Amino acid sequence: MLDANPAPLVQVEDLKMHFPIYTGLFRKHTGDVKAVDGVSFQIMAGQTLGLVGESGCGKSTVGRAMLRLYEPTAGRVVIDGEDVAKLSPEALRKKRPSMQMVFQDPQACLNPRMTLEEIVSEPLDEHTDWSRDKKLERVYELMDQVGLNRRFVNRFPHEFSGGQRQRIGIARALALKPQFIVCDEPIAALDVSIQAQVVNLLEDLQAKLGLTYLFISHDLSMVRHLAQRVAVMYLGRIAELSPSKDLYARPLHPYAEALLSAVNEPDPELAARRNRIILKGDVPSPANPPKGCNFCTRCPKVMDICRSVKPDLVEVEPGRQVACHLYGIQSATGSTGGTEAIERKQQGVNQ
Amino acid sequence: MADGAAPVLEVRGLKTVFRTRGGEIHAVNDVSFTLHPGELLGVVGESGSGKSVTMMSLLRLLPAPPADIRSGTAKLNGRDLLAMTDAELRATRGARVGFVFQDPMTSLNPVFTLGNQIMEPLIKHKGMTKRQAETRAVELLELVGIPDARRRLYQYPHQFSGGMRQRVMIAIALACDPDVLIADEPTTALDVTIQAQILELVKELRQKLGMAIIWITHDLGVIAGIADRVIVMYGGQVVEQAPVKELFANPQHPYTRALLQTIPRISGERSERLKVIEGQPPILTGPLTACPFRARCEYRHDACDATNPPRRAIDGQAVGEGHDVACHWYALAKVEMANA
Repeated sequence: MLDANPAPLVQVEDLKMHFPIYTGLFRKHTGDVKAVDGVSFQIMAGQTLGLVGESGCGKSTVGRAMLRLYEPTAGRVVIDGEDVAKLSPEALRKKRPSMQMVFQDPQACLNPRMTLEEIVSEPLDEHTDWSRDKKLERVYELMDQVGLNRRFVNRFPHEFSGGQRQRIGIARALALKPQFIVCDEPIAALDVSIQAQVVNLLEDLQAKLGLTYLFISHDLSMVRHLAQRVAVMYLGRIAELSPSKDLYARPLHPYAEALLSAVNEPDPELAARRNRIILKGDVPSPANPPKGCNFCTRCPKVMDICRSVKPDLVEVEPGRQVACHLYGIQSATGSTGGTEAIERKQQGVNQ
Repeated sequence: MADGAAPVLEVRGLKTVFRTRGGEIHAVNDVSFTLHPGELLGVVGESGSGKSVTMMSLLRLLPAPPADIRSGTAKLNGRDLLAMTDAELRATRGARVGFVFQDPMTSLNPVFTLGNQIMEPLIKHKGMTKRQAETRAVELLELVGIPDARRRLYQYPHQFSGGMRQRVMIAIALACDPDVLIADEPTTALDVTIQAQILELVKELRQKLGMAIIWITHDLGVIAGIADRVIVMYGGQVVEQAPVKELFANPQHPYTRALLQTIPRISGERSERLKVIEGQPPILTGPLTACPFRARCEYRHDACDATNPPRRAIDGQAVGEGHDVACHWYALAKVEMANA
C-alpha cells in the first residue's frame, strides 16, 4: 500500500486529544475526556478520506486537532512534510494558508455583520499584502468557482439560502489556494435537494484544483459517493480503515458492519429483505471508556479478550486495517509472515 | 386499502396561513389525506414544505396569531378537530392523538422527573390515581424498552441519552392508548444505530397495539423501511401520494423522481455524479396560482405557469386512495400517448 502510491500529503500518527476534567472546590484535575485516543491514518494527495462515526465519536475533534484549532495532547500531524502539531506560532501562521476548513453550520460560521466580499477576502487581508482591487478580483474569481453570482458581492449572509451560504464558506476556504481542506459535515445542515449541489461542487473543485479532502460526515451513503478510503471511528479510536468499495461491500469490524446495516436505503423491497444488526444500548462516555476494546459493551461478537485488551489497528488484508481481536487471533495463530511484520510495525508506531 | 373500515382521520382542504409583518405566508395549501386504522402513513418533504405545519394545524398547536387556519376539516373518528371547543380539544390531545416531536431534549420538561411527565396524561385524561398511574408508567417504560424502569421513573431528562429520551417521548404519547400517533421527525436528531433501535421499536409497537401512525420525515430511507403509504409534500401541498412500494418503484411527480435520484445509495453501483435539483424551494408569499415546482422542473411547460395542477388519480382509484399525482406533465404525457 505504501509503495504503490505516491507519498501521502497528510500523515497522522497516533493523534491524541484529551480534554481535562476539573472537579471540586480546588478544581482538581480528576480525569480526561479522551475525545481522540490514538488515531493514525494518511491521505494521498488529491484524494478524499471519509471519516465516519456517530456523534461524540471524536470525528470532528480529529479534524480540528489536525489544523491546530485545538492543541493536540500527543501525536504527529504531518501535512506536506511539516509536523503541524509541533510548529511554532509564527510558523503555524505561515502554514495556515495551505490547510483550511469548511464548517458544518453555514449560518453560524459566517459573521452576520460582514458582507460576502469582506468574508471571502478576510483570509487575504490576513495573509497577503494585496491592494483592494486585486483582492476584489480574487473574490470574483472565487465566486465564479463556487457558482455564486457576482452581483451578490455586497450582500450579507442572511440574504442567502443555506446552500448559498455553504458556497460562501467554501469560497472562503479556497481563498488562499490551500492543498488540504477539512470538510466538517458540510452538508448535514442542508436539505436533501441542496446536498447534491454542494457535493458536486466539492467534487468539481477537487478535480480542477487538485485538492485533498478529509470529509467528516455521519452520512454513510454520501461518504461512499465521495471518498476513496473511509475510516470508521468509535469512541475516539479508528475501528476500521479501508478502501471505500471494500468497506461497503464487506465491512470487517463488527461496528462497521452494524453501522452500515443501520443505514436506511430508499428502497422498500430491499428494506423488507434486509437483516439489520440492532446494537443494544448507548455509546459509553469517553471520560470513562471500557477497559478493553471500546466497542466491547455493545459488540454482538464480543469475546473474553475484548474486555481486557485494547486491540490495535492492524492490516488484515491488503490496504485494510481493522482494530478487532477477531482478526488478531487469526493473524497470531496462522497467518503469513507479512501480516505479522506489519502488525509489529504498527505496534511500534503505537507505543 | 382497508375499503370497508372508516378512516380514523380524514383531512379535507386544509389551508394554513401565517400572517407576518412581511405579508402572508401560505404554508399549507389545500392539503387532503386519509388515515386508515392500523396504517402507517409517511409524510415526506423538505424543510418549509408544510409537513409539520399541517400536523400542528390539525391539533391547533400553532400559536394564533400569527397562524390562521383558513379552511378545511379534520375528522378524527367522524368528529371535526378544527370545529371543537377548547375543552373538547384538550380532552382529545394526548388522549386520542399522541404526538412525538423531533427533539427529545427540548420537548421534555427539564425540571420534572420522567415519572411526573408520563403520569400527567394518565391522571388528567384517564382519571387514574397517582398509584395507578405509577404502575402504568412503569409498564409503559418497559414497553418502550427502558431497563430498570421503576428507578428510572424518578430521574430527570438530563440523566437519559438521546435515544432513551425519544423512547420516553414515545411512552408519553402512547400513555392513553391513542387512536392516532403523530411522529414529527422522531429519529432525525438521533444517530443511525440509535435510529435503527427506535424504528425497530415502532414496528414492534404497531404489531402489539395496532394504532394508526403518521410519520413525518425528510428521509426517504426511513420511509422505505417503515411506511405503508406515502404522501410527498412540496410548496405546502401534496404533490404525490401512493402505496410505498408503488412510490419507490414508479414515482410520477418530477420532484419525487428527482429527489430519489439525488440520494447516493449504500449498495449497488456507485453513481459517478449525483443528480441535482437546481434552484431553491419556493417562498410561499401568496396563494399558489401555478405549479410550485415549476422553477426547478425539467419538464416545465406553458400549462405549469398558467395553473396549479390538481391531484389526479393515475390508477383508476379515487384520489387519496391509490396513486395520485399533481402534475400537468403527467396529464400531458397521457394525452400524447393517447394520440400516438
